Amino acid sequence: MTHAHTTTAMLYLDGVSVSFDGFRALNQLSLAIEPGEMRAIIGPNGAGKTTMMDVVTGKTRPDGGDVFFYGGDFDLTRLDEAEIAELGIGRKFQKPTIFEMHTVEDNLLLALRGDRRVRSSLFWRDTRAQAQRIDEILEVIRLRSMRDRWAGGLSHGQKQWLEIGMLLAQEPKLLLVDEPVAGMTDAETRQTAELLKEINRDRTVVVVEHDMTFVRDLGVKVTVLHEGSVIAEGSIDDVSANERVIEVYLGR
Amino acid sequence: MHAFADRTLGRVGTVFLASILVVAVAVPVSNLLFPPGSPLHMPSYLVALLGKYICYALLALSIDLIWGYCGILSLGHGAFFALGGYAMGMYLMRQIGTRGVYANPELPDFMVFLNWSELPVFWYGFQHFAYAAFMIVAVPGLLAFLFGWFAFRSRVTGVYLSIITQAMTFALMLGFFRNNFGFGGNNGLTDFKEILGFNVQAAGTRAALFAASCLALAVGFVICRAIITSKFGKVLIAIRDAESRTRFLGYRVESYKLFVFTVSACMAGVAGALYVPQVGIINPSEFAPANSIEAVIWVAVGGRGTLIGPIIGALVVNYAKTTFTSGMLAPYWLFLLGGLFVAVTLLLPRGIVGTIQHFWSQRRQARDGEGAVPEPSPAPAE
Repeated sequence: MTHAHTTTAMLYLDGVSVSFDGFRALNQLSLAIEPGEMRAIIGPNGAGKTTMMDVVTGKTRPDGGDVFFYGGDFDLTRLDEAEIAELGIGRKFQKPTIFEMHTVEDNLLLALRGDRRVRSSLFWRDTRAQAQRIDEILEVIRLRSMRDRWAGGLSHGQKQWLEIGMLLAQEPKLLLVDEPVAGMTDAETRQTAELLKEINRDRTVVVVEHDMTFVRDLGVKVTVLHEGSVIAEGSIDDVSANERVIEVYLGR
Repeated sequence: MHAFADRTLGRVGTVFLASILVVAVAVPVSNLLFPPGSPLHMPSYLVALLGKYICYALLALSIDLIWGYCGILSLGHGAFFALGGYAMGMYLMRQIGTRGVYANPELPDFMVFLNWSELPVFWYGFQHFAYAAFMIVAVPGLLAFLFGWFAFRSRVTGVYLSIITQAMTFALMLGFFRNNFGFGGNNGLTDFKEILGFNVQAAGTRAALFAASCLALAVGFVICRAIITSKFGKVLIAIRDAESRTRFLGYRVESYKLFVFTVSACMAGVAGALYVPQVGIINPSEFAPANSIEAVIWVAVGGRGTLIGPIIGALVVNYAKTTFTSGMLAPYWLFLLGGLFVAVTLLLPRGIVGTIQHFWSQRRQARDGEGAVPEPSPAPAE
């Protein structure tokens, strides 16, 4: 799978284009995320943020362009969702997507890194190491007391955290987080920013977000998308001062 | 053994399994050991009737495994049931030998009637019970595997999947109706004489077939419980409730669906095979789409995603069917069945057993004083 391409980036997109029925969702998008980085991606509706995640996680095949993972070692355009997940890319959906009918513990158990094949799940035995790992994650996502609850009964914010916890359980190298604070209270939003910073200590994180206060709280490099391409990159203060960005956001 | 009962079956499951086994013994004993006229005697016609119900219950159980736990609504499960039935019918036909109307030692009557001179290749081997038993499981299993291979890999889900399962059973029905298909055309296979050397009409044989059906149901129940209590079962529920989340966690959803769909089809095949010697005939009408839909109704009435519910649903609905279709209400049975489905969907969406389970879990919560925990009810039907 080694490719001639030389890059040190964890995630590298070059000239990626995607069209749906003539609509260009991504237009020659190029982007590089370095290992250990946390990057915020912002942009108005229809800028191509979710499509970009779909391309990286194998849900959508690009019409053209390169998508490389882990220093150019893996060409993501050739792999499907399960293979990409196994490589170490976790994805959090915009709407909290958890297994409502399972307990909080089982949600994490299903997400824990391990053999995903049919046979091994038929003859699965819980181990102490797994229980410990679940404990650790519950601690991080602040849901320790909810362990045996039905996940469907959690509050909206707790569901978002549980989903982030499930991503952690996968032990991914790269986390893609789509609008984690949509619908959260101010306190939950602040806690979520803390949580993502904690996670970023050992993992690369890409956050797509609308909420500017939250992006400011994160204090990381920001990429602005518009009509499927990058129009600005830099600190939140730099991009907010960028004329092109102001034009796009204010529609002038 | 105790740990197994605890972990895999649960308390209710253990009691239920024990009841099936008690019935498996009690009914034959009452039929064979008590003389007619005794209040404890069960007439043979009733044994055969109950045996038929038990086979339906196994079919319902197989549907619940995929529909209740993985969200795959098959409207063509009757096809797997019928294929198992045909495999058994072929064995029974080959046992007739020279006792047929045309007394041909090799060819079943319908082939002689069609002026065929030799046995078609796919009938070879069916004179051996072991081979037939293998085919009873293998043919439905193989069809389900091929069907699922294409359907699940192409990510056909929901209503679309239901429709193509329906088309599958319809296509098979049309095929089996044809004389040149080699399965007796519209008359199907009948006039059976012996099974394993015993007269199929004899009271002892019927009692044994009844016990075998109960045993098959018990084994099917244990297999289903083992599947759903494993991590595999948790993945199935995850697929049912959030398929793309399961995919992004790295699970190969199509492999999970394929496995459980194939297991379910094999169970349906066994149910069909036990059904045929008890009713004495198998014909293409068993492939009729309406049969498959009726089986789904049993599951809905009993409570999907409960395993015990569909078994009870199959027994209750079929008892009602027998009662209604043998009296002056017979012309109205289909209206009643349709009305029952509508009523259950609207008034009792969890089904009989699902509603009872819900009631108990509510009570337990009230007693334990836990906060608002939502009931673990299955997502609405596809």
